[in-house]
Amino acid sequence: MEQFFQQLLNGLAVGGIYALVALGYTMVYGVLKLINFAHGDLFTIGAYLGLTLLVSGGLAGSLPPVLAVLLVFFMVGLLVALIGCALERVAYRPLQKAGRLSAVVSALGASIFFQNAVMLAYGARPYVYPNSLRPDFTIELFGYALPGMRVMVIVATVALMLALWAFIQKTRMGAAVRAVAIDQSAARLMGINVNRIISLVFLIGPGLGGMAGLLVGMYYGKIDFTMGWTYGLKAFTAAILGGIGNIPGAMLGGLLLGVVEALAASYVAFAWKDAVAFCVLILILIIRPTGILGERTADKL
Amino acid sequence: MIVPSFSARGRRGRRLVSCLLLGAVICLLPFFCNAYWLDVCVSIGLYALLALSLNLILGQAGIFHMGHAAFFGVGAYATAILNTMFHIPVLWLMPVSGAAAALFALVVARPIIHLRGDYLLIVTIGIVEIVRIALLNDVGGITGGSNGIFGISRPQLFGFRIYKSLHFYWLVWGMVGVTLLLFYGLWHSRVGRALNYIKADDVAAEGCGVNVSLYKLTAFVLGAFWAGMAGTIYAAKMSTIAPESFNFMESVIIFAVVILSGGSQLGVLISAFLFIGLPELLREFSDARMLIFGLAMMLMMIWRPQGLLPCLPRVYARLRGAVAPGANVEERRA
Repeated sequence: MEQFFQQLLNGLAVGGIYALVALGYTMVYGVLKLINFAHGDLFTIGAYLGLTLLVSGGLAGSLPPVLAVLLVFFMVGLLVALIGCALERVAYRPLQKAGRLSAVVSALGASIFFQNAVMLAYGARPYVYPNSLRPDFTIELFGYALPGMRVMVIVATVALMLALWAFIQKTRMGAAVRAVAIDQSAARLMGINVNRIISLVFLIGPGLGGMAGLLVGMYYGKIDFTMGWTYGLKAFTAAILGGIGNIPGAMLGGLLLGVVEALAASYVAFAWKDAVAFCVLILILIIRPTGILGERTADKL
Repeated sequence: MIVPSFSARGRRGRRLVSCLLLGAVICLLPFFCNAYWLDVCVSIGLYALLALSLNLILGQAGIFHMGHAAFFGVGAYATAILNTMFHIPVLWLMPVSGAAAALFALVVARPIIHLRGDYLLIVTIGIVEIVRIALLNDVGGITGGSNGIFGISRPQLFGFRIYKSLHFYWLVWGMVGVTLLLFYGLWHSRVGRALNYIKADDVAAEGCGVNVSLYKLTAFVLGAFWAGMAGTIYAAKMSTIAPESFNFMESVIIFAVVILSGGSQLGVLISAFLFIGLPELLREFSDARMLIFGLAMMLMMIWRPQGLLPCLPRVYARLRGAVAPGANVEERRA
């Protein structure tokens, strides 16, 4: 029971991270119908930028660790958001009118570019987050001792998701994002500046992805320049699982995928951990092709 | 009936000349290349073969398939296992490996073939990853885990032992030539037209009595068969294979070659030269090589979003009202 409970929470923490990355995929897909393959690498950039800011930014020395981490958390989000926005301007906007697969190849090129840029800037060896910055307290809950880091990751991801949900559902800008996702040309006719909304989505998505990168660094303590591929693919799987283009779906899909993976890794076979995600995906798509929360949309008719 | 304008005719002529030129270049290349570039050309040929087979699925039928490395891998492993365990000559295994890959494609594609574009894209990526992880975990105890399989014997053709790069060059490019002819015939057949119709509008195609699922599945299985045969050549050339040769990145490169080509067979060859040749030309930049490669991928798509050489429109009736043989008759029979 103890193991089950710990794995469940581990799954929720990892799943929260998947969900944050998946939100970037699903929002971009919602407005552009594009799988942003470079998103996983923006996540990697977040992890590396976070490390740089924490270690050599001098913040860790002058501020209490908790405050420093929190500050870096938002700084990383902002920086990666700017990179994401620039990416859209350079690599995707010229291809808006072209076929969708051209943009996919451009995204794959951007992914290779970012991955190698990180490798050139930091070197190919993995990096380690300093242990002094990672909280090592434990929390007592229902008689179990829970690692503080695990709880903090869950809290951070849930807070970000709630903030995003409130923004999308309660504000005017959020309504515009939803409108563009439903029908771009109708939204344009209603006076919504579609390009500005696309830029906004490319700020929010990569911003969340970058923060997720920092969280992975804090949670596992180790980062390397290729991790964007795996996390990106899993997060995209999560987005499909919940119904692509659907924001609550991405959150649910991420959490679900994290839990299933953690339980499968501890009860079935660890070596097959990465394959589990894709098996779940294929099963879901065979049984319910629109994802868990996805709505059935009319195809081209 | 589409009547070709003179400009289209001119384009057709230019294409033919380019084809002949490229053919001549490929025939003359081995006489001017050193051993290193000869090896590069062999791998360009291999990618051309894979891209031609994916072009059938992605370029002609418009099925978003980003997992071609899985079928390539199944073919290569089928060859490696049968050759090292039962000592069956490699070239005999070419159709066997093709069939193995085709069977695998049939089994995995049957339940997912009806999925919409992007869903299919992500599922096919999932298939590549599952295949790679299965190979890595030494499934059934026959794939050799992460070390892979080594000691695959060299192929023999009518008593002639193929082992030098130059021999493989002719084997690969000969195979490409045969493939070009066969797929050109396919493009001109009923099947080719049906696939193009499905790509343009699958609902309309279904409405006109084209069995969309069946044709999509046919394209998938045929493409996989060809990728499996390319796997045999790869296994024979390398004589060692490992799971990492069939990862997602391979699929991405094959996919990008097809998208950049624009869909025509000539385009596929040129695009294969660009994609595999370019990183080799950039060797002097050593570490920044792939950085420039990624940048080039973006720039090429922005520069030519429709691809290098899109297929020219089909011609059914020639000028002056002459009816192309076969075209209309077959249409009526359908």
